[in-house]
Amino acid sequence: MRPLSAVATWIRGSSRVWSRNFESWKDFAAASLVGTLAEPLLTLFAIGFGLGRLVEPIGGQSYVAFLAPGLLASTAMTASAFETTFGSFTRLTEQGTYEAIVRTPISVGEVVAGDILWGASKSVLGAGFVLALMWILGLTATPLSLGTLPMAFLVGLMFGALGMSYTALAPSYAFFNYFFTLVITVMYLFSGVFFPLEGLPSWAVGAAWCLPLTHAVVVIRALAAGELDPFLLVHVGIVLAFTALAFPLATRLIRRRLIK
Amino acid sequence: MPDTWTENGAGDVIAPAVRRAPSAGPLVVARGLSKTYATELVVDGIDFEVEQGECLGFLGPNGAGKTTTINMISCFVRLGGGSLEVFGHPVERAQREIKRRLGVVTQENNLDPDLSVFGNLVVFGRYFGLSSAERRRRAADLLEFLQLSEKRDAHIRHLSGGMRRRLTLARALMSNPELLILDEPTTGLDPQARHVVWQKLRALKRAGVTMLLTTHYMEEAERLCDRLLILDQGRVLARGTPEGLIEEHIGREVIECFPGRGAEGPALRSLLEAADHVERAGDEVYAFFRDPTAAHAVLPHLGEMDFVHRRATLEDVFLRLTGRELRE
Repeated sequence: MRPLSAVATWIRGSSRVWSRNFESWKDFAAASLVGTLAEPLLTLFAIGFGLGRLVEPIGGQSYVAFLAPGLLASTAMTASAFETTFGSFTRLTEQGTYEAIVRTPISVGEVVAGDILWGASKSVLGAGFVLALMWILGLTATPLSLGTLPMAFLVGLMFGALGMSYTALAPSYAFFNYFFTLVITVMYLFSGVFFPLEGLPSWAVGAAWCLPLTHAVVVIRALAAGELDPFLLVHVGIVLAFTALAFPLATRLIRRRLIK
Repeated sequence: MPDTWTENGAGDVIAPAVRRAPSAGPLVVARGLSKTYATELVVDGIDFEVEQGECLGFLGPNGAGKTTTINMISCFVRLGGGSLEVFGHPVERAQREIKRRLGVVTQENNLDPDLSVFGNLVVFGRYFGLSSAERRRRAADLLEFLQLSEKRDAHIRHLSGGMRRRLTLARALMSNPELLILDEPTTGLDPQARHVVWQKLRALKRAGVTMLLTTHYMEEAERLCDRLLILDQGRVLARGTPEGLIEEHIGREVIECFPGRGAEGPALRSLLEAADHVERAGDEVYAFFRDPTAAHAVLPHLGEMDFVHRRATLEDVFLRLTGRELRE
């Protein structure tokens, strides 16, 4: 009963932090959505349809149908990575929002969880938009593709926890350039979003499998194609494992920075 | 002063804030409390209690350890050494319980700039698990009490410093705290805004809210606090009621005079002889008297010298105890 009520308290606390973020977001949701949604849309048209005309079909799929689930995964990544870096850093430093919240019955762990959950919610929103586009454009036709949304949520949690850990260590906004160039952009370009890993030199394939987004792309692509395979659970497990490592790290680092 | 308004305005709003802790003991008990940041000792073994219904003040210059001490009480700074119990719970444990029963007005403005005035209050109330209806009702009442009702939908950016401080106070009251902690509640406010905050704090005090405040304004300490701890460099230099401290450390009256350069004539000599204690700072001489009649008796002998004859104040105590050097 004890641990159960502790979990309930923890869920309540983080959902209250999530609600705070939602309240502050809903008034300028339109502006924020443009940022989240324009990028996958533009990329899908420019690269998928534009450049895709020059590309051979991949595994019987048109290039744009190959690209779209990859973009869904990368959109999920970027949405929560942005939220838990620039957004969370502002709340941690300039606005003093974290300080104000942890002086209430909410704990540091719940603040961190609430912000990561909020980032993951934005991931689902962005992924949902890409999925809707895929349906409209006929790039997917299976109900299994709805499974990409919970997967996008897991991707959001993982990159949220990673982003939050980085935020706890960042001395200023300028340091997010490293995170986005060296982590997020590398994942975006080399996790199999834009090209299949099959046929690459083995060292390149090995390197790609070290990137957590690669595992998410495999799962999301399979769901969009409606082709399930028990081995996908291993990939889901890897995403969960990264999250399970990064989340306590994020909490620990934020606590160390906040509570002297 | 619209003091009657305060009474009326306060009565309804504040009544529910009066909440007696189950036990009759002090709300805060600190014993040998200390804190070190890196290698710097900022709180150096202090003892104090906060009794129910009182307003206790921490008076001290910058760097006295005031903010660190209240941050340890509000579980925002880890306990360094010694023991600290809040509402009967040690601060190392039961932090959620302690924080649920505290209201804190921090020195830094950390209102939520992404939310409206009203939004700041209702979102804050949710952190305490208040129901939606209760939050809205309480937020409206508190905006009324703190004269912010017409700013209900305003953006935080568009509030003056005084309004922000009042909103921070309203926010701290959302949860009906048993103990209200205020860290320099009027620092940086203009005199009008400061007086409004004092008025509200006095109304809360009358309604029975226990308060712990830090300040470096003597006037604030004298007006609001029942008891004071004078802190410097992490240590308690003196404690007592404002009048008691003045009586004990200074006496009753002060004659400040400005003798011309090198012109320490018979007038000054008779002043120095009559005073119980004399201090010099720059070109000024302060003569302190325990007995007002002695001070009055010396006045006719001061001749042409420029002087000011006044009652002893807390500022005299403060400067006596903490010295006159700049704290920078």
